[in-house]
Amino acid sequence: MAPTLASAQTPDPLIVERQEWTQYLGDGVNAKPYGVPSKFEKDVVRREVEWLTASRQSSVSFTPLHALDGVITPNGLCFVRHHGGEAEIDPDKHRFMINGMVDKPLVFTMEDIRRMPGRVNRVYFLECAANSGMEWRGSQLNGCQFTHGMIHNVVYTGVPLKAFLNEAGVSAKGKWVLAEGADASAMTRSIPLEKAMDDCLVAWAMNGEALRPEQGYPLRLVVPGWEGNMWIKWLRRVEVGDQPWAQREETSKYTDLLADGRSRQHTFLMDAKSVVTNPSPQSPLKSKGPNVLSGVAWSGRGAIKRVDVSLDGGKNWRTARIEGPTFPRAMARFYVDFDWNGQELMLQSRAMDDSGYVQPTKNELRKFRGTNSIYHNNGIQTWLVRPDGSAENVEVS
Amino acid sequence: MSKSAKAIAFLALAVACTGGAFAGERAGLGRPALPEELKAWDIDVRPDGQGLPDGKGSVSDGEALFQTKCSSCHGEFGEGAGRWPVLAGGKDSLTSDRPEKTIGSFWPYTSTVYDYIHRAMPFGDAQSLKPDEVYALTAYLMNLNDLVPGDFVLSRGNFPKDLPNEKNFYDDDRETTEKTFWNNDPCMSNCKDKVEVTGHAAILDVTPDDQKDNKDEKPAGAVE
Repeated sequence: MAPTLASAQTPDPLIVERQEWTQYLGDGVNAKPYGVPSKFEKDVVRREVEWLTASRQSSVSFTPLHALDGVITPNGLCFVRHHGGEAEIDPDKHRFMINGMVDKPLVFTMEDIRRMPGRVNRVYFLECAANSGMEWRGSQLNGCQFTHGMIHNVVYTGVPLKAFLNEAGVSAKGKWVLAEGADASAMTRSIPLEKAMDDCLVAWAMNGEALRPEQGYPLRLVVPGWEGNMWIKWLRRVEVGDQPWAQREETSKYTDLLADGRSRQHTFLMDAKSVVTNPSPQSPLKSKGPNVLSGVAWSGRGAIKRVDVSLDGGKNWRTARIEGPTFPRAMARFYVDFDWNGQELMLQSRAMDDSGYVQPTKNELRKFRGTNSIYHNNGIQTWLVRPDGSAENVEVS
Repeated sequence: MSKSAKAIAFLALAVACTGGAFAGERAGLGRPALPEELKAWDIDVRPDGQGLPDGKGSVSDGEALFQTKCSSCHGEFGEGAGRWPVLAGGKDSLTSDRPEKTIGSFWPYTSTVYDYIHRAMPFGDAQSLKPDEVYALTAYLMNLNDLVPGDFVLSRGNFPKDLPNEKNFYDDDRETTEKTFWNNDPCMSNCKDKVEVTGHAAILDVTPDDQKDNKDEKPAGAVE
């Protein structure tokens, strides 16, 4: 158990002795022109699971959810998924094209894009369709960073994609768009025109600053509530067409193979999901008595309406306190204040969204999906907390 | 000017103002894309063949190219090296515990092979292949998957649309097949008789550890 100072026999030297940070002058105001976290937070970093992928350039790193709080993910900790490494693009050399079934194919510079009317700020989660994909057959990775860390939640600044499409004039026959990146994978995804004209954004900023290079600097597509692969980074082109393009990432990948050997395609939407981030395997309980259980919930169908938490593996539930701003298709933070007397716990959380969808158990999900579908695993996670406070990823009956 | 003509003129002025300074339908930003620019960037190929360029390539030319540019990752016969994608084989494996989702066993359309090779391969030297080379590699991969004979020459004229597994794809139907997940009144107490732990992640021991080198562990499940 970690120190909890209920009473003291001798004075605490941290209080009665003068400490060096009290005595000596620290760094000046601009010692770090771009600030970085405290050196005591050096373990709060993205991590990867090297055995998952063949190369580091076509791979994924994971957000340290267990070490974060609130609802906004810091830019430097947002998980990264590349298919051809990180493109480094001079914004002056970036071009954005609208073509295909339009009245007038157009080319925009970043200067043009920033001059477009109708700029908006929107908070959205971005979750990789393969988040929790390693858990279909059973508990495998020990930590919510690895089981649930292919997600981040930031505020985007940009202009609705609709504005660019209107600028070019979409043909009445247009039904789909193809978004394409400028990176070495030239990532492409087909998106229904209806979605493109609804809430998609062409964004250049996240959390108030320019997109990070690994998130698509200088320009990315925002596809609220839909799988992260569709949020094309280094966005260079949007083509209008009358049918989907059946690109590699919407046929060979990002389709859901079911138990009967058939596959669902165009499963774009991310269903409601949640996870307890603390305690969890990377963030064990340290003290008996009052404790705060914390977690995050999100849904691609709308806003999180309610989150229930179970301490006994899903036998009994209590409704958690959702705290902080909640937006449609954005991450919500929940807490349960509880007393821990050292007993074993089986922690679960269950999200509900405003469409009435309730996050299913993993076994309920497997009834419909089998165990081969890789993507869209939004089943309820269980952490077994032992009397010593350590926690493990388990499956329960 | 007649009264009605004045009214029309006024209306036109009002529309012009709205469209100008205060953001109407079009801002007038961007410039027309030139034909050469469209040709350079509009490289996508659809299942119906839209986007396929002129050219042709044989299985045998494709085999030679594949051994030079592709086999170090994908294996000489598309069997895959390490965790790189397997491209051939896997027939009848989709309902097994270890499905092999190859071009022949899983992919729905031939066009995706052409589009992806041209767009993103070879890994680290994307968009370096000429149309004849991409046709040849596509032909070789079709041959490896027993879809065409060894003397086949692929071109736009004989480019097949569907691959064998095309009929097994269908659009997202979660809202109907999984409608049981919509429930305004989920159980809150005594929801099950007993709870037993049925699986432990610690037993597999494949979680990355900053203190430990276990990067060579290769359990089930991977992303590409």
